[in-house]
Amino acid sequence: MSVDGIAVTTAGAGMRRPLAAARPRYGDKLIKGFFAACAAISVGVTTAIVVSLLIPAIGFFQDVSIVEFFTETQWSPGFSNGKFGVVPLVVGTLMIMFFALIVAIPLGLLTAIYLSEYAPRSVRKVVKPTLEVLGGVPTVAIGLWALWFLRPRAEEVFPFFDWGTQFSTAVAGVAVGVLILPIVASVADDSMRSVPSGLREGAYALGGRKLNVSARVVFPGALSGIIAAIVLGASRAVGETMVVLIAAGRGTPNLSFDPTEGIQTMTSYIAGRATGDIAQGTPVYDSIFAVGTLLFVMTLAMNMLAIRLVRRFREVYE
Amino acid sequence: MAIDEVGLQSGRTRAAVAGARAATESVFAAPSRRNRLANGAFHVLMLAGLGVGLLSLVAIVGWAIGDGGSRLTWGLFTENPSVVAPDEGGYRPAILGSLYLIAGVLLLIVPIGVGAAIYLEEYADKTRWWNRFIELNIQNLAGVPSIVFGILGLAFIVRGPLSLNFVVAAGSMTLALLVLPTVILASREAIRAVPSSLRDGSLALGATPWQTIRRQTLRVAIPGITTGVILAVTRAIGEAAPLLLVGAATFVQRDPEMFEGRYTALPVQIYRYAQEPQSEFRDLAAAGVIVMVGLLLAVNAFAIWLRNHFEQKV
Repeated sequence: MSVDGIAVTTAGAGMRRPLAAARPRYGDKLIKGFFAACAAISVGVTTAIVVSLLIPAIGFFQDVSIVEFFTETQWSPGFSNGKFGVVPLVVGTLMIMFFALIVAIPLGLLTAIYLSEYAPRSVRKVVKPTLEVLGGVPTVAIGLWALWFLRPRAEEVFPFFDWGTQFSTAVAGVAVGVLILPIVASVADDSMRSVPSGLREGAYALGGRKLNVSARVVFPGALSGIIAAIVLGASRAVGETMVVLIAAGRGTPNLSFDPTEGIQTMTSYIAGRATGDIAQGTPVYDSIFAVGTLLFVMTLAMNMLAIRLVRRFREVYE
Repeated sequence: MAIDEVGLQSGRTRAAVAGARAATESVFAAPSRRNRLANGAFHVLMLAGLGVGLLSLVAIVGWAIGDGGSRLTWGLFTENPSVVAPDEGGYRPAILGSLYLIAGVLLLIVPIGVGAAIYLEEYADKTRWWNRFIELNIQNLAGVPSIVFGILGLAFIVRGPLSLNFVVAAGSMTLALLVLPTVILASREAIRAVPSSLRDGSLALGATPWQTIRRQTLRVAIPGITTGVILAVTRAIGEAAPLLLVGAATFVQRDPEMFEGRYTALPVQIYRYAQEPQSEFRDLAAAGVIVMVGLLLAVNAFAIWLRNHFEQKV
């Protein structure tokens, strides 16, 4: 033992190794490079999305003027002298978003207030994962549920409306609302929970009651996070495809504003048109990409807004 | 504490405290009737809001079992799809297609997603603009609609630069890009949660950064990373919209292959059945929903088991 110890000491003293590596570690550089490349892929993906949308979209706008695209109120690309006015598709998308938000904002915010301010820990522990499961239900399943379960119920509850086909904008929108409910609830809950408890205690010390503290202190304190939750939900609603495709059908885009009729949105146009066999390079084919570009820009703007709001919120409290 | 001590010391102070308390309580008298009503009403409202959300989950599952339960036979898994005989049609190529797709997705997202997360958490200098740009970019990618990824897959992977044609591999790549932000964000969270004392200790003992990451950081972060990967996989299983664009739309009656021939996936096949007018196809589609949700639950259960397994070891 002692001999070993001496041997080690002398060896250590004799070598006098500097702390820096004797030769450059190319392996470490290589590994770092690989990880950096992985991270850079995400930038590559964004670039690829922009390129793959823009090139055909530019081709499209050589055939159809931008002014016509945004002002024409008819969308009938399939016909021989097809009209390419995107307004009806945008209106369809906004109608779906409207109905989705009518459902998701009150339900989502009530759920969030309950979870963050009122719920006992045990309830919270059960409810949060359950909501996550709801958020994970495949959109096809929600779409079919809307078409075959919600739609007949809607007709029973509101028999005085004129329910035409099996498709309905309102039912599809409500189903999308159920879909985005967990996102709205979860983001809003997070932001309310990160309101410092000192603010709550201060309000209680001044004689505030639970309802007042929740509604007048926590809610306004978390407002930017709550708006972010709503914007994120709206962005998901705008981008949702399958539920709309199934439950709103691909109704004629005719600006009817009738919630009991089916409707076509930007997403359902893309999904429906791209699956049909159409020749590449025609205006009809390129219109997929033009609509896709508009969809991408809309959701990107909403997401940027949400990210900013969340960031500002964090800056205030952390 | 302070008040108690003071109170013990002198009866006068105690009297003063009691007086102050009485004064305060008289200001904040018992809640008025209106106030109590408002509180109660709000409580009911919140529970109703929560209840609607939870009930819709119950309604979705209940509807699927009610409509599709009778069709839940072994043949559902082993039979090829059929448009003429809904009683005999099944999901065999669709289930296999989904499994192939997921295998491809896993192969891509695990190295790339974890690699990107390691770079951003362990190597990246946050003061550099390009690293901040990458972060912002990933956050934004997470919000891009799935159908836009379908367009990307169509223009870049199926046609264009990669030109793989309508094959499983193209579908896998498209889905992988779609769920990549989920994996990166979850892995970053997991890596960030590793205490820095572990890293510092390892580095102080002379380990290189890579040795530290491999032997310390990743070991501890694996449960969190696994959860993120599973979350991404469950999303990929249920996703149909981008697959419609990258080729999984047709009626396929043979088992899939990775790089050759058309394919289909579970959600796409369900959607296809749902378009048939006869009511038997409704039941078939609902049965497909049961299978899909069952698959999701199985994957989730596996994730929980895996996490517990790793957590015991570490």
